Formats: sequence, structure tokens, C-alpha cells
Amino acid sequence: MSTLERVQAALAGREFTSSVSREGTLVLEVEPAAVWETVRRLRDMAGFDTNTFVTAIDRFPAEPRFELVWQFLSSAHADRVRVRARIDGTNPHVRTIIDLFPGTAFSERECWDMFGIRFDGHAGLKRLLMPQAYEHFPLRKDFPHQGIEPDRLYREWDRARRERPVNRDLPHTSEKH
Amino acid sequence: MGSLIEVEQQPDQQGFLWTRLDELVNWGRKNSLWPMPLGLSCCGIELMAMIGPKFDLARFGAEAARFSPRQADLMIVAGTLTWKMAEAARTIYDQMPDPKWVIAMGVCSSSGGMYDSYSVVQGIDMILPVDVYVPGCPPRPDAVIDAILKLQKKIERERPFAELFSGDNFDEGKGSERFVRAPNHGVPTTRSHELLEPEAKVPSEPA
Repeated sequence: MSTLERVQAALAGREFTSSVSREGTLVLEVEPAAVWETVRRLRDMAGFDTNTFVTAIDRFPAEPRFELVWQFLSSAHADRVRVRARIDGTNPHVRTIIDLFPGTAFSERECWDMFGIRFDGHAGLKRLLMPQAYEHFPLRKDFPHQGIEPDRLYREWDRARRERPVNRDLPHTSEKH
Repeated sequence: MGSLIEVEQQPDQQGFLWTRLDELVNWGRKNSLWPMPLGLSCCGIELMAMIGPKFDLARFGAEAARFSPRQADLMIVAGTLTWKMAEAARTIYDQMPDPKWVIAMGVCSSSGGMYDSYSVVQGIDMILPVDVYVPGCPPRPDAVIDAILKLQKKIERERPFAELFSGDNFDEGKGSERFVRAPNHGVPTTRSHELLEPEAKVPSEPA
């Protein structure tokens, strides 16, 4: 039973288009709203028990702008399947799958950090690599590679540090002690 | 060095040294640099080799690497400094007691190197006052030893007492106060003035 037959059996009655990537992996194109149910069926009925990664591709300036990619591995059948969905660039968001695969929490967080794609239902969606107060999403195609004011956060920290009031009295020399 | 003279028996031949106080202080400072290694990437490996027995930095008196900035007077920034790490690097520099020097080891810390990127400081002289730059990716330990020798030459030219006992703000009781700084108020760098305080360099309007 080939990978495609197993996936077709699991996704019977659901809309998807399938293709084969250059290196021979089965790729499924689905609607963003159908991702969660597709992944659930792949996990429960087709034996894909491991999530390899969650990532995104910025197709700027094409619309819909972002292409989200989930890849799953079946350790029993030793094959992989890739799920793709195109989402809009103005308010990019998609339902999280951490209730199906808890290990995707970090991947989704990185995806938020680098592309600014929100994963609805992800409780800890905060910056992973960039500073918490960083405002931009570095892997977007319209982000300049030298950054937008890369020194801004350091400059703010430096100014606050210099403006902080200083107590020159050592504890044992002040009159209170 | 030479033959020992028994000074107790010949008090009129007691040896003495005639020198300038500046030179004596500089001689002490330059031959006992205590580096604070800030190994941020692969340059740190070459830095370790430099301190180790094969290249033996102890020949130049700078082998006492201290991992506390309070005990160091030479900061060797070895590797790629990111903007996220810049606050830590600046804090460590400010915690070092005066006098202190900085060596930018490798192209990453000198100019950003190949990381022409949003995340990397394009030369640590954006945030720190650098004394010697060492090119190389990573530089050989010999190159960093050369930088330390160059820094020793630079320290020889310093005038520590001239800075302490002269200047516009000189006061009989307090000296020049050039080395008196409040905590968290470190030395600004030339480039940090241009970069970090753009309002400070706006020229005043002529009357």
C-alpha cells in the first residue's frame, strides 16, 4: 500500500490536491481551515506519528502571501507527507496543532518569531530568538537584510541606564545605618 | 638583573632607579595585563590556544585570564557580537575597573565581518572604545599576541598622572576626577556618541 493510497484512505471525502515534490515526498495542498482535521486524520488513520517541522515560505509579492508547510513522518511505514496551505498576508493566522503534536509548540513559536504568523490556540506564542520587544519579522521578504534600526533596543537600554538615578552612598557610610 | 650586592655591608652602594612616575606606572600596567576573555564564537578557540602552553601568553605577562570583570583590565572580544548580546558586553565592560583596554579580535567584532545582518553589531566600536583591532577569521594566536604587544606600546605612550593631575576640572583636593564615574555610567565611545545620541551632535545655532 503506497503512501498516496494510505493518505487517500485516511482523507476519504475531504478536499485536497496531491503532488510529489522533487525529492519524491507526497505533498498535500489543503485549505487553511482544513489543516487541523487533515492532520488529525493523518495522525490517527494514516500512521503519521511524528511532526518533523512547521515552517513558512514568504511568496511576497504573490497573493496569498504565505505558504505554511507541515511535514510528518510515519515511523511504522518509514515515509513522509507534507501538508501545505496558503494564507493571506494582511492578518496571517492559522489554527495551532499543538493539541495533536505537542512538540510543534517550538516550531510554531519560531514561525511567529520569524514570519509573524499567529497560531490560534497557542498559549505561549512569544518571541523565541529575537528580543521580546522586537517589532519586526526578519524572514519576511520585505525585511531588509541589514534590519530596521537594529540598534534601537540597545540604544533605549543604554539611555535608560544612563538616566537611572545613582546612589553614591555605600550602605555602611550613609547616615541611616 | 645581575650580581647581588650585599647592601647591608655597603650602604653607600644601595641601588636606585631613576625614572618618571608615569613610565613606572605604565611599565607595571603593560606587563601585567589581565584579560577578560569574551569568547563569543570560533575566535574563542584561538584565544584559548593563545593562553595555552604552545603560544604561551605568559611570556608577555597577560596569561592571567579572569572570568570576573572586576579582576580584569583587558577585554578581548573574540567573535560575533549580536545586538542581543551587546547589552551584556557593555555591562561587563562597565564593570571592569579603570584603567581598561579593549581588543577587537577577528573581523566579526572589528566590523561585523561576513554577517552584514540585522542581528549582528557592525563592529564592536559601536558600543565599546576599541584600542586594537585584529583582522582574521579567526586570527591566528600569533596575531592576537601581536595585538597585545601593540597594546603594550600604546600603554607606554599613556600619561596616567597627567590625566589625574591636570585638565580643566582640576581641583587641589579631588584631582581631575577623570576616572571617577558613577556606576552604570560608563565611558561613551566616539561612535556611540554619533550613533546613540543623535540629538547630542546637533550644532547649536550661531547667535
